[in-house]
Amino acid sequence: MSTTQYGRGGGTDEEALPNGPAAAAILAAGIGCGAVGVLSFAGDASDSIGRMLNIYNPTGTLSGVTTVAIIVWLVAWLVLHRMWRTRAIAMGGINVAAFTLLLVGFLLTFPPFMDLLQGK
Amino acid sequence: MEISTRDLLTVLHGMGFGALFMLAFSGAMAELYRMSAVGAPTQPSSRGQTLLACYLIGMAVLAWLTVFSGAYIVYPWYRAVPPAGVTDLAEYPRRLLLSSGRTSEWHNVGMEWKEHVSWLAPIAMTMVAYVTLKYRRAITRPRRMRTAVLGFAVAAFIATGIAGAFGAFLNKYAPVRGGAVIILMEGET
Repeated sequence: MSTTQYGRGGGTDEEALPNGPAAAAILAAGIGCGAVGVLSFAGDASDSIGRMLNIYNPTGTLSGVTTVAIIVWLVAWLVLHRMWRTRAIAMGGINVAAFTLLLVGFLLTFPPFMDLLQGK
Repeated sequence: MEISTRDLLTVLHGMGFGALFMLAFSGAMAELYRMSAVGAPTQPSSRGQTLLACYLIGMAVLAWLTVFSGAYIVYPWYRAVPPAGVTDLAEYPRRLLLSSGRTSEWHNVGMEWKEHVSWLAPIAMTMVAYVTLKYRRAITRPRRMRTAVLGFAVAAFIATGIAGAFGAFLNKYAPVRGGAVIILMEGET
């Protein structure tokens, strides 16, 4: 992925901002959405993972799925932001990855698709 | 005219937060699209940009309130397990739906999808609000950044639409009931 380093402490005009912070936020959002899907699927497919994700019994596995997904999203955002905050990032690959992960989030939360993957 | 506390909080979750988010969506999409369209006749003013940012932050807050109130207030009532020997399942919506093959898929597909997919909306809207707030007018320039912002905003709407539609049907076939009764008005008999 090609990147360009921008100097720190530049002008305040948002036109001069590197796109790195946006790329970090967009890819992290994709990672967060994908994590919701992957964890939902894992909790559904494996009883032991489902039990591990049950961190608040009245809400059940959903509590762990969403808490872990939010942590994954925020950590990914923080790490990517620190890596890319002064850089210009090629957005084409970022968008493809983010939208693919978003699609993973939709598909892996859809029960008939989960069942299909599990051969039910 | 009376309402139970569970009815009230379910309405707050679905209509107060979720439906308000859906209503706000059309305005946000229209403005995001208008300012980013190729050959847009005017650029929004700084004040207009600030208003849009506040609007999007408000939407993200509504999306988070919707999923947290759903998961931690309404959903525990929905999935409550009836004590042994209870045959009237009216206050146990999940068990009520699963008790018949004619309604079980409302839980197995509807609720199972709704409870998870709805969480994509606040994650997506938080990103949309952040990028719009950070880049302000500059968001109109880089096409791919704009595409991602608009795409995730649409995804948030679709996720909320799925959750809202199933929520409405679930509340029709197996409403969450119980809790203290609040008398709103008394009529003449």
